[in-house]
Amino acid sequence: MMVSTDPMHQFQIERLVPIEINGWDLSFTNSALWMVLSVLGVIVFLALVTANLKTVPGRAQSLAEIWYGFVNGIVKDVNHEDGKPFVPLVFTIFSFIFVANMLGMIGFGPFHVFTTTSHVAVTGALALFTVGLVVVVGVWKNGFKFLKVFVPSGVPIYVLWFVVIIEIFSFLSRPLSLAMRLFANMLAGHVALKIFAGFIPTLAISLGALGVAMGGLLVLPLVIGITALEFLVAFLQAYVFAILTCVYLNDALHPGH
Amino acid sequence: MEGLNFIGAGLACFAMLGAAIGVGNIFASYLSGAMRNPSAAPQQFGNLIFGFAVTEALGIFGLVIAFILIFAV
Repeated sequence: MMVSTDPMHQFQIERLVPIEINGWDLSFTNSALWMVLSVLGVIVFLALVTANLKTVPGRAQSLAEIWYGFVNGIVKDVNHEDGKPFVPLVFTIFSFIFVANMLGMIGFGPFHVFTTTSHVAVTGALALFTVGLVVVVGVWKNGFKFLKVFVPSGVPIYVLWFVVIIEIFSFLSRPLSLAMRLFANMLAGHVALKIFAGFIPTLAISLGALGVAMGGLLVLPLVIGITALEFLVAFLQAYVFAILTCVYLNDALHPGH
Repeated sequence: MEGLNFIGAGLACFAMLGAAIGVGNIFASYLSGAMRNPSAAPQQFGNLIFGFAVTEALGIFGLVIAFILIFAV
């Protein structure tokens, strides 16, 4: 006998406050609720922690300092001095994705947290914003010279046309790959977690006491391990998004490498 | 011709084979480089993650095609 554990049910979008204007569905959904909560979480935490700054930081303040210093380090490593104006942008993107991913890891009993970053609509908007910003910054800083981003220097003239075609396609696939990476990692991780967790009740029902022992001793440690791995992935994907934002910004600041 | 989309989804998962080889190569090269010159390793960590992310994206494209074939066809 199989237990019905639909791994896709956790990604269902529900309307919490139905709003419809001129046939446009603008309902406040559970996805929007958790996005608002993750943004508010970041703002409230950082505002509380930095309310009275001390020269020798306490526990909470040093947490915020490590957080900011980490993102500052990423921008400094990739963009050097030119990246300084973009530190708040990268910090915002990193913090939102990181907190949304981490909130999505909470999920027990009736209290279910929706993972906003497991929907391609959310990650796609983030990726389009990032790549659009790169184009705007590139054109603003370099004008027509921004087109040099498609023409790498030092390539022999008879293969240059082909390299330019490849560069254009690689530029166009950037928002797609940025969005898909975050979305697919979060989706696949949560589905795998659910499927592995579903083995335990299936074993217990089909094999009785032996199944309970097997599920508890063999499968549960595996599920705990995968959960730990998912926490790592949640952090790593936020880090990867931040670092790719910096790398793409580097193209806008110095086209034609 | 029912159910051929599931075969296609299975075939699309071969993309993960290439991504697995690529990601394995990146981490193996990073480790062997870091063992030779441990003091230079921390500066290359960002490059490691960047290469990992770019390589992993191709495997994920295959996964997305599998998802499309299962749920959207």
